[in-house]
Amino acid sequence: MGYVAARGGVEAIEQAQQLARYFRLRGGSAPVDVRQIQEQLRFAVDRVMGEGSLYSPFHAALALKQTEGDVSESALMLRAFASTCPRSHVSGVARTAEMRVVRRISAAFQEVPGGQMLGPTRDYAQRLFEFALCDEREEHVREFLAQYVNGARIETDGASPVFPKVLDVLRAEGMVASPPRRAAAEADRPFDITRKALTFPAPRSARLQALARGDTGGLLAFAYSSMRGYGDVHPTIGDLRVGYMPLRVCHPEHGVPVMAGWVLATEAEVIARFAAPEGNGGPMFTVGYGLCFGHNELKAICMAVLDRAMNEPVATAPAENEEFVLSHVDPVESSGFALHYKLPHYVTFQADVARLQAAQLHAAHRKADGVDS
Amino acid sequence: MTAGAPLLRVDGLTKIYGSCCPACVALTGPDVGTNVCPRCRSVVACADISLVVDAGEIFGIVGESGSGKTTVLRCLYGDERPTSGCARLASLEDGRANVFEAPPRRRHEIRTRLLGMVYQHPSLGLRMDLSSGANIAERLLMVGQRHFGRIRARAQGLLERTEVPVGRMDEPPRRFSGGMQQRVQIAKALANDPPILLLDEVTSSLDASVQARVLDLIRELQRRLGVAMIVVSHDLGVIRLLASRTAVMKDGRIVEVGLTDQILEDPQHEYTQLLVGAQV
Amino acid sequence: MPHTGRPMASIREFLTLPRDRQRRYNFAYLDEHSKREVRRRLLKAVAIPGHQVPFASRELPIARGWGTGGLQITLALIGPHDVLKVIDQGADDSVNAVNLRQLIVRTTGVRTTTDTRHATVVQTRHRIPEEPMTADQVLVLQVPEPEPLRHVEPSTVRARRMHAEGDYSAMWVRLYEDVVRWGEVTISSQYPVRVHRRYVMDPTPIPRWDVPRLHRAEVLYLFGAGREKRLYAVPPFTEVEPLAFDDVPFRVEEFGGARCRRCGSEASFLNASFDPVTGARTFVCSDTDYCTRRMAALRFEETAR
Repeated sequence: MGYVAARGGVEAIEQAQQLARYFRLRGGSAPVDVRQIQEQLRFAVDRVMGEGSLYSPFHAALALKQTEGDVSESALMLRAFASTCPRSHVSGVARTAEMRVVRRISAAFQEVPGGQMLGPTRDYAQRLFEFALCDEREEHVREFLAQYVNGARIETDGASPVFPKVLDVLRAEGMVASPPRRAAAEADRPFDITRKALTFPAPRSARLQALARGDTGGLLAFAYSSMRGYGDVHPTIGDLRVGYMPLRVCHPEHGVPVMAGWVLATEAEVIARFAAPEGNGGPMFTVGYGLCFGHNELKAICMAVLDRAMNEPVATAPAENEEFVLSHVDPVESSGFALHYKLPHYVTFQADVARLQAAQLHAAHRKADGVDS
Repeated sequence: MTAGAPLLRVDGLTKIYGSCCPACVALTGPDVGTNVCPRCRSVVACADISLVVDAGEIFGIVGESGSGKTTVLRCLYGDERPTSGCARLASLEDGRANVFEAPPRRRHEIRTRLLGMVYQHPSLGLRMDLSSGANIAERLLMVGQRHFGRIRARAQGLLERTEVPVGRMDEPPRRFSGGMQQRVQIAKALANDPPILLLDEVTSSLDASVQARVLDLIRELQRRLGVAMIVVSHDLGVIRLLASRTAVMKDGRIVEVGLTDQILEDPQHEYTQLLVGAQV
Repeated sequence: MPHTGRPMASIREFLTLPRDRQRRYNFAYLDEHSKREVRRRLLKAVAIPGHQVPFASRELPIARGWGTGGLQITLALIGPHDVLKVIDQGADDSVNAVNLRQLIVRTTGVRTTTDTRHATVVQTRHRIPEEPMTADQVLVLQVPEPEPLRHVEPSTVRARRMHAEGDYSAMWVRLYEDVVRWGEVTISSQYPVRVHRRYVMDPTPIPRWDVPRLHRAEVLYLFGAGREKRLYAVPPFTEVEPLAFDDVPFRVEEFGGARCRRCGSEASFLNASFDPVTGARTFVCSDTDYCTRRMAALRFEETAR
């Protein structure tokens, strides 16, 4: 006996989905190529990977095509997909010092060891429309690529540029404390919030994971509140870098680390006001750390600001309350719940009506009895 | 309960804030004139506090701010965990168990059934978002009362007794005057008939005229209900009015203890003499 | 065609799978390890009635807040020989029930039914079926908010402590204020219940009508909150009492003498509705299976006469 089709609901759903497909295609324009999304909408792709918590530009691009550009829905698709993938390996610790840096800036000093490298950024351009883009054709692309690549001066002396961390420099000068020693158990095996439910207070690795998977907009709102006075984090960016990090896994038979691939990531280290740490050290600058998939500077900076805010020993503002922040920044949970109110709630509403009627009756009786309500 | 045994016995209660070193207690106190340990910068809020309260008596603790008197109360009620020491209640395992080492469920029981606390600021002892009646009901509900009518009647009775107009029992206390808020607090603290009431500077934030009324009420309640009390105040007048025996505290230590009349008439310790002289 | 879910012995084995099989779904979507973890957590939940057990909730191709908790329980328990029923607000054809049922069937191939008596696993949102369920069945309830203390204590850390100490006075005070103001407790659905005389539990947004069904039932009740990552359970024959004052008893909903306009029932939870044409108010059974079977029985009686 097969699946019993219940009346009404199934058909309505199917029709709705067909209509959605129609809305995507009705303009008659050429279907979008997944590769085009992957290559030319990289910030959307990176945001989806970061919030979907799965590094796969192809899947992120396909999700964006399928959902017609809905970043929230795309992140959900990636998360759901990850649930079906077997967990074969855990990579070794990836060191951002090994990052092949594409962009690196520091606001702390005018010149820094390794230099300031703007990289591919529109930060300093005016936000004016380039209407010429409406007429962009494949031959323009070919022409531009040929010209740009041929005209580029590529240094081939072999050595990759090195960008020492500004924070390390400050540590050497005693202005920033060394990172606290982690409990041995945590150092070996970070807490995995996809495998173990998060409880509070959260271990550091759990906090960073939750933030790294967090909604960019949600993190922004909380971080902004902290910068603006509900809290007190006015960060100086010590290091902001974007680049490719090598990931290595242990070979299952030979036991040696082998390259699994390169992951584009954005890292931010911020410096905030100084405090007297516990123990007998003198005052030092406090720091915050942020890291996320892809090129997403806003998220990395906000993550670092929140990391620092949550280190306040006593939370006096929402952004400083770890439970408050981490419970509300997951994009899949928050959007899912917000949208679930669209589901039928008529039974609970009927129950509410029954209670209201009882209360109205009670109030009417009291009035009739001359009792003050 | 053994006849003649005290209701409450405190021995060696000590509370130190900070990293704490072995010299803390020795290097602080009234002789040295400070609470702060010169070696490790810890604050010795109180040390070696020992006292005894008998059933039905009012015991006073007087001292200036920083003397540690509030800390003693907070440790007894469980708002703070003492660094060391023990406290025994006659109604808890016949005075054998140490209140400070009680497990969480037992501590909860102590706070709800065996002790009542009235704070200097009503917002510390009352939930301003609930009605006054509900504030009292909360105490009754905490000990498992489940009959709405009886809970409400008892709340009403307590408010009557503390001279709060019963017609206002469904209003939140934030709309009341300071004096009335304190009276609601007292009603709440008495809800489960605790053998001991702890009163922390309960009239200090009130106007002089209102103070007198609340103090009279406290005296009246003690007379009628026979509840024992520990009254903490910086005001000798309050102590004189209420307490039969008193301890004087300075820099976290008790410097003198005895019958209130005697202490006021014939203070022995230098500091007590200063205190009495200044306020008389 | 879903394939059987045997965990991969090694990454080498995974890589030797033909490319298209690498993209297939395991039986019941989740991998075996995840399903096993959910079952282990459920055992703990059953051992401590009403206690919320944290679990590492997986994301599914259904949005959070739309039933992923209940779904994970069903996926962890369901086997090829089970018979599945999925309802939402008591109806089998409610859009969300359809969606969930389709996902489960797509990844398991199990038989489905709308008849509560024939199902082995029933997944539900906001209702308990009118038909009393038996010891051979499991009822899986979708939970939006597992924490009964949430509205009196938003912090999970403090709420956990209250559960540990059995101190529910914050909840009771709220009930007291309700009675003072409105004459009785105004909580309509998600009515807090005390399980096995120990933990206070949120029974999900079922109406009061369904709360008495939890008490000493034959069936096993399992509760899953996917977004909040908690599982809990009420084992068969467990005491479940709604929190109520001794002198202000708990009452279920009343429908003012109304009957279902389809089957005439007065003994089931009714949904108020508006006739789309006349605008008149009508009532219909919320439990569509119950209603349909009653109608069939009445018709049978009529034709028999």
